[in-house]
Amino acid sequence: MSRVRARLRRTPIGLLIVIAFFSLGVIGPWIAPYDPLAIDLLREYEPPSWTHLLGTADNGVDILSALLHGARLAAVVAIVVVGVSVVLGTLLGTWAGYAGRLTDHAITGIADLVQAFPAIVLNIAILALVARPGLIHLIVALAINGWVLYARLARAETLTLREREFVEAARALGVPTHAILRRHVIPNLLGPLVIQATTGLGVVILAESTLSFLGLGPGKAVSWGALLDQGTSVLLRFPHVALFSGGAIAVSVLGFNLTGDWLRDRLDPRLR
Amino acid sequence: MVPMMSAGLLRYLANRLLRALLTVVGLVTIVFLLVRLIPGDPVEAILGDQAGPEEKAELRRALNLDQPVAEQYLAFLGDIADGSMGTSFRQPDHSVSSMVSEVLPDTIILALAALLVAWLMAVPLGTVAAAQAGKGWDKLASTVAVAGLAIPNIWLGPLLILAFGVKLRWLPLPGDDLAGPVALILPAITVGTALAAVLTRQTRAAMIEVLSQQYITAARARGVSSIALLLRHALRNALLPVMTIGAAQLGALLSGTVVTEKIFERTGLGTLFLDAFFARDIPVVQGCVLVIAVIYVGVNLAVDLAYGVVDPRVRLS
Repeated sequence: MSRVRARLRRTPIGLLIVIAFFSLGVIGPWIAPYDPLAIDLLREYEPPSWTHLLGTADNGVDILSALLHGARLAAVVAIVVVGVSVVLGTLLGTWAGYAGRLTDHAITGIADLVQAFPAIVLNIAILALVARPGLIHLIVALAINGWVLYARLARAETLTLREREFVEAARALGVPTHAILRRHVIPNLLGPLVIQATTGLGVVILAESTLSFLGLGPGKAVSWGALLDQGTSVLLRFPHVALFSGGAIAVSVLGFNLTGDWLRDRLDPRLR
Repeated sequence: MVPMMSAGLLRYLANRLLRALLTVVGLVTIVFLLVRLIPGDPVEAILGDQAGPEEKAELRRALNLDQPVAEQYLAFLGDIADGSMGTSFRQPDHSVSSMVSEVLPDTIILALAALLVAWLMAVPLGTVAAAQAGKGWDKLASTVAVAGLAIPNIWLGPLLILAFGVKLRWLPLPGDDLAGPVALILPAITVGTALAAVLTRQTRAAMIEVLSQQYITAARARGVSSIALLLRHALRNALLPVMTIGAAQLGALLSGTVVTEKIFERTGLGTLFLDAFFARDIPVVQGCVLVIAVIYVGVNLAVDLAYGVVDPRVRLS
């Protein structure tokens, strides 16, 4: 037991937050004490109490339950968006870095164009395409500018890797390009990509919250950002709604940032 | 001494201008296409379900929505060229550019104030952290920087309102009189804090690099006091990159204003954009995206050009 505790003390706090975040994302909706859509108009905007640990929000919704359900949404959106972005970005980035100038110019040009918009404006413009934005639209909107970062990283690393001796040796031996990329280039990209993706999960959680806060989130789902929006509109009378929902967002983002930094220190010896 | 405007510099400037122009044309086209793909019928959104078919057809004609897409595109380009950017669906007697220019100053002022806040927080914090590298102050500064990056502006805004508006009653609440510069303080902190965190790290790194240079050692050997050393000799050289990086973020700050304007109930480009989005006021949505994108591209261009003039090595890339 003491060994477990000693180990826990050495585990960085960011990693603990990340583990807690994903655990709650999985079991959150099962351990939630109430249905986050249940309406109880007599108990609207109650401060924290023993029956409602974090108090209630609009329509008497239990805030703790809403946050636990919101964790599921945040986790799903973050994992899917970062997953799609990393795969798409890595493929396009290595392709741009390894193939000829024309491919490179085309892919870099698209990336430049995507980055010529502020991310949130592009997200809103994409969500404007559908009458009732749902989860899938949110994920597509976030992935459309999510891949650029990973593509840039993969391209930059590929450009240096392709000049390295072991890649040149493989090329001289007649190893086909796709095999070189799969066996020699992409494995060497994994470290930087994992570091970037960890921070990227926090970025997506924040983006989902922000869009939900602006009223553009997936319609029926319970989201931290939507709860914070509600809390902001009653901030002066019932501050607990905004405090708890915003706190959940901030702590999660902080956890991913800290873990990203921690991973960078551990995985990238150049930075030591 | 190389002449001010060498051929290489001219070529660099022309190249960069052309690329910015192409980006803007690309953006204009994307904006137009994106908005045309909105499935909701704007005519129905404006008139409601009760309107008769003739009424709808008339409005459709008035809004040019009965034309083929190619002609709508040409009309759209024409509207940009004559500077009006079209007319609002909701307020047909208003051109989009008049609506945008009415609120744009509010947003620009907020973004500039946020930039100022970021510099004012980052430069002292980063300088102290570098001077005390590895010691208590340094740890404090980097903790502040990490926290500043993690606190989302959608939460920071409400927190600031609770602390300074409700508890301390120092600053006005959202919805109070928004005219004075005092009302700008909390929104500017909300927008600027994340940038301040980034700039603190950069100031610290730049200062540490400068402090390791020989001329600093030489000055120290001459007996220059450590405060003078820091402020007169080191900070001056470390500051240029930090200032330009900050300015390059002006475009990014604009997107922070979208959220912040909503929290503080301020008028501005963000509020106009969101309102137009929910009302399906297509010309205004187009206009807002276009203006934000052009500012974004313009700021990046200006920073690149400034770098190219100051540092000849940049022109090669």
